[in-house]
Amino acid sequence: MAVAFDEMNIPGGDLRPAYQELARWLKETPPEALEYRRQEAELLFRRIGITFAVYGDSESTERLIPFDVIPRIMSGKEWSLLERGLKQRVRALNMFLRDIYHGRDILRAEIVPEDLIFQNPVFRPEMNGQQVPHDVYVHIAGIDIIRVDAEDFIVLEDNARTPSGVSYMLENREIMMRLFPDLFARHRVAPVERYPDELLSALRSVAPNSASGEPTVALLTPGVYNSAYYEHSFLADKLGIELVEGRDLIVKNNEVFMRTTEGVKRVDVIYRRVDDDFLDPLTFRPDSALGVPGLMSAYAAGNITLANAVGTGIADDKAIYSYMPEIVKFYLGEDPILKNVQTWRCREPKDLAYVLDNLSELVVKEVHGSGGYGMLIGPAATKATIEAFREKLKREPEGFIAQPTLALSTCPTCTASGLAPRHVDLRPFVLTGSKSTTIVPGGLTRVALKEGSLVVNSSQGGGTKDTWILDE
Amino acid sequence: MLSRTAENLYWLARYVERAEYLARTIDATLRVTALPAAYIGKTNEWDSALLTAGVAESFYQTHEEANEHNVVDYLSFSADNPSSIRNCIEAARLNSRSVRTALTSEMWDTINSAWIELQAVWSKGTSTREDLAKFLRFVQETSLRFDGSAYRTMLRNDAYWFSRLGLHLERADNTARILDVKYHVLLPEEEHVGGPLDFYQWSSILRSVSALTAYHWVYRETLKPWLVADLLILNGTLPRSLASCYDNLVRNLDQIGVDYGRQGPAQRHARGIRNRLEHSNMNDIFQHGVHEFIQEFITDNSRLGEIITKQYLI
Repeated sequence: MAVAFDEMNIPGGDLRPAYQELARWLKETPPEALEYRRQEAELLFRRIGITFAVYGDSESTERLIPFDVIPRIMSGKEWSLLERGLKQRVRALNMFLRDIYHGRDILRAEIVPEDLIFQNPVFRPEMNGQQVPHDVYVHIAGIDIIRVDAEDFIVLEDNARTPSGVSYMLENREIMMRLFPDLFARHRVAPVERYPDELLSALRSVAPNSASGEPTVALLTPGVYNSAYYEHSFLADKLGIELVEGRDLIVKNNEVFMRTTEGVKRVDVIYRRVDDDFLDPLTFRPDSALGVPGLMSAYAAGNITLANAVGTGIADDKAIYSYMPEIVKFYLGEDPILKNVQTWRCREPKDLAYVLDNLSELVVKEVHGSGGYGMLIGPAATKATIEAFREKLKREPEGFIAQPTLALSTCPTCTASGLAPRHVDLRPFVLTGSKSTTIVPGGLTRVALKEGSLVVNSSQGGGTKDTWILDE
Repeated sequence: MLSRTAENLYWLARYVERAEYLARTIDATLRVTALPAAYIGKTNEWDSALLTAGVAESFYQTHEEANEHNVVDYLSFSADNPSSIRNCIEAARLNSRSVRTALTSEMWDTINSAWIELQAVWSKGTSTREDLAKFLRFVQETSLRFDGSAYRTMLRNDAYWFSRLGLHLERADNTARILDVKYHVLLPEEEHVGGPLDFYQWSSILRSVSALTAYHWVYRETLKPWLVADLLILNGTLPRSLASCYDNLVRNLDQIGVDYGRQGPAQRHARGIRNRLEHSNMNDIFQHGVHEFIQEFITDNSRLGEIITKQYLI
């Protein structure tokens, strides 16, 4: 594994320009003061109730995601490159989805193999030929970005279903501004607070034609026991829309209504944070108590917009991921601005042979996995784990992809023994409405708090940082 | 607003009010039982506390007899008692979480902080009287803060009115339950009993609805049982009297009716109860029988709860 790219320090002792002021400030600030603010931040998070649930963890059902008070900083120049790359990628994702559920040019051109689509459990035949309002499938995308050097941004993963984490981007900033007003005064940090407004206008812009002039938007949550419930209530509050559960909605004559104290009221756009499988028990899982019976027929009738659309999983699948550079090129005729991580598709015999020979150096992921579960990190695994994984891989090679173990970039982070570099990634949020694609400057920086660890997932001990884009 | 949101707000207010009432009941019972036996007679005050809390039946399914130790635990901390203070605060927090968007940050902060304190400080219950006193004060202060922040920060719209409906309905139920358990010491003017024994019963009733000082302000008299009954049932100036609860219920329901442009069975039913209270006097009530009067009231009051639920909350 190569030496990680240090986002603050240039080898040889100099600082990268974006971090110079922070470094000066850190020198002036005693460690006790940092520790004190860290505790204060934790208290604030707990009081506001910014918690998440860890499934299968009975003893503490609500946990805080550790927050690191040292911001992660990027220059405006770096951001504008990233921004262009993100817009390009999300545009391609939307065109790909539209194509897969309609003409399927990309399959005919044999750029993506057919069986990868049609035998994929996240492909939704219900969406074949169905018109979605304004042809937008992925209204909200969370693209996970990593850096390995000063030049490139690399996409680790596209999240095109129900990406979460944006509440942390907003709350982290709120808390940082409360705790470190002096540090903000010494930087020109681009604000992120207009995200809720941008989201609401994007959602309104994609309302179906049958909606009234002032379309009604609601956020559909699985409920208080969902791990991201805080975020759902937070966003509904910031957007000023109703936070509904499946039982609050009914479908009559292919229109969706919510039950209110004044009778039923029509809903036009649902920002849904419920997975496809649970949306409508009449179409998908019959045992789902979270969904709304008949929702899919209202959808088919064009009376409701679901954001994101049903069936977007086919675009962020890890097997499809490896084709993204070709997908971008196919639809846009441009070279992809953001790179992909080199990926071996275990479904292809040549790739599988390579992966099996090099397991101890690779990261192997389940095609349908998420949250950092079910993956093998070769360099960190024991011999026994690797051998067990080898058997799994041989049994079901099409279920896995492999990538080199990347040295994620590092940022200075508070640890028990003072400031130290820790590996980070970044999830910016890309919004697509009927007319435009927007990204607020920033995102969620996740940090692996354990020394040497590359796993940034909050379910596995990762923390978060505020992400600063300097306005230059 | 969403029916489920209204329902959550309504129950949230009920749970907080109930927690406070339980704390007051325990507090008042502790005071009475601290007196020498000669003053309180043979009644088991802890048994009365269970009755006024409406949980005697479930208590005796798992306990032989009621004493300070097991009743305080049952009313305050027991996980088995669905209306223990702990469960009320847990339920209030869960309700708050489901309707965060309808709460002001001050209200959320009150409930969430109380829930955090409950876990951090009170997870093992209380071991000394001093601890218990602290705990009871914590519960009462939580309710005051919650009520105060609702009053000071909420928009005056249906969200506020539904939460007020829960508060007043629960409060009316609580006051009526004390009267229901203690009606036998509330006697009309002619039947003079007096004696230290009853005096402490009366003051304990007043204390549990925080009306001991109010009594003296209203009547400028020593404690008389018929006046205690008058204060708790008919006096419109005492916030916890049945009359006052119904003035508020009628007003809040009217505000909802005006806002929605439509009246319904809930408005009519509440007005009916209010009118009966308005046109009653203590002599009639004593003649009719305090016990019967209160029992009818409790039935009517819970009927209003059902009607509100049917009309707005489902």
